[in-house]
Amino acid sequence: MMRKLLTRRSLITSAALGAGGLLTGCDALSRSPSFQNILASAEDANFLVQRALGDRMELASEYSIADLSPKFRANGTRDPGTPDYTSSATQGFVNWQLRLTGLFAKPQIFSLAALQSMPQRTQITRHDCVEGWSAIGQWTGVPLKLLLNLAQLQDKAKFLVFHCADRLGGRPYYESIDLLDAFHPQTIMAHRLNGEAVPIENGAPMRLRVERQLGYKHAKYVTGIEAVETLDNIGSGKGGYWEDVADYEWYAGI
Amino acid sequence: MKIEMTETPKNKLVRHRLTTRLWHWINALCLLVLIMSGLTIFNAHPRLYWGEYGAVGDHAWAAVGSSETLGYVRLGETKIETTGFIGNWHDGNGKIQTWAFPGWATIPSYYSLAEGRRWHFFFAWIFSVGLGFFMIRSLFNRHVQRDLHISREEWRPSHIWRDVKNHMRLRFHAPGAVNIYNILQKLSYIGVIFILLPLMIFTGLAMSPAMDANWPLLTDIFGGRQSARSVHFIGMFLLMLFFIVHMVTLLLAGPFKQTWAMIIGGKREGDDDDA
Repeated sequence: MMRKLLTRRSLITSAALGAGGLLTGCDALSRSPSFQNILASAEDANFLVQRALGDRMELASEYSIADLSPKFRANGTRDPGTPDYTSSATQGFVNWQLRLTGLFAKPQIFSLAALQSMPQRTQITRHDCVEGWSAIGQWTGVPLKLLLNLAQLQDKAKFLVFHCADRLGGRPYYESIDLLDAFHPQTIMAHRLNGEAVPIENGAPMRLRVERQLGYKHAKYVTGIEAVETLDNIGSGKGGYWEDVADYEWYAGI
Repeated sequence: MKIEMTETPKNKLVRHRLTTRLWHWINALCLLVLIMSGLTIFNAHPRLYWGEYGAVGDHAWAAVGSSETLGYVRLGETKIETTGFIGNWHDGNGKIQTWAFPGWATIPSYYSLAEGRRWHFFFAWIFSVGLGFFMIRSLFNRHVQRDLHISREEWRPSHIWRDVKNHMRLRFHAPGAVNIYNILQKLSYIGVIFILLPLMIFTGLAMSPAMDANWPLLTDIFGGRQSARSVHFIGMFLLMLFFIVHMVTLLLAGPFKQTWAMIIGGKREGDDDDA
């Protein structure tokens, strides 16, 4: 009987300690870089499995006009607000340039008009934010692979880095994707949303659409596409603004 | 009966098999972490929608409202004040926080969407692989067929009603038959293991844009990504409900003996068939 009581008491004590300790324990683990690496290994599994499924070029679902969100939500930067950007915006972005630099055989500079005169793709897709919300919009733009074919990627190139006109917390926004997504048919440099020029809050004059990944990968206000062999030398080296400042995953398929 | 006799006597004495015990505790840990890290993720956007899309400005069937002075949960048109608990609560330093779910209910206890997601996906893998393994193993070792099979007799409404009445009188088992699951137990275990837990996996996958491109059926069967997100959340609540009932019945049935049996196996006492 005595033994049972002791067991019971120690059980209750340890349960209470456990409940209190659980949270502080989790926080300590959460802040530990090595434990973060263990947890993040699941993200590698997500990447490998999601890329292994299907033929790797599966299209994201496309919708009809009837499915459009009443208003396409804007998030992140709503207006870059720099003098250069504002003056370009007041002139309808006629002087906007998209520069393809880095590991290209023939680096290119495209004006907005040049991009608009190229073959276009229009797609109605669902935009999924890492926060949990979704919005459906109709995007029109140039398939990225057309630009890459003109600029001719060098064999060494492994990633494309998208440089943007906006800054968040003093840091320039940027994002990156691998070549599989770069040549995906739905990956476009979009300059129209729902039949109008892309509004400033949604990334005027052009933003990346990389369907099959979460919203933070869809860089807005894009000024340059740099082909690189490694992401190590860009920003803090994790491949994107949110990856650098908040540990978001580079591969945002889930 | 002959098949029963060929089983090793040792195996027959154990009330919960090793697979069941291992899975039970791994699953318990996974669900705890998944729920708490899931609440961290929910805090990033504490609104739920039906359909394919949904964002601030669209109609949410459920939402958490928060300010420096007030926290509330809105369900449809009904507002329920939750100040101090949801939407407005004090953290460990006594500071008012306006995230939806409080720090003691989330992993990590502070807001970090990236860390919450890492915890969630890591344990989601263990949970999914474990559940798949347990389902297959339980079919092969006949745990499902022997212990969870519902006979035609048990399906009779009068039988179910009798079991409901017995439960209300807190009489869970016929004397001498503690190892035989009653109809309500069977229904809840089957419902959780074969419906609710897989539903959590599939609604979870349906929220992944890459998975949706691979398997568009994922969102279609739930009526859209935001519907899948809502079902994922409702499923979490049903799991918490199951947990509460599980704990209440455990307390009433003798918590120490029952928990010990789930740790070391326990005896199949009073089971005439096995004696």
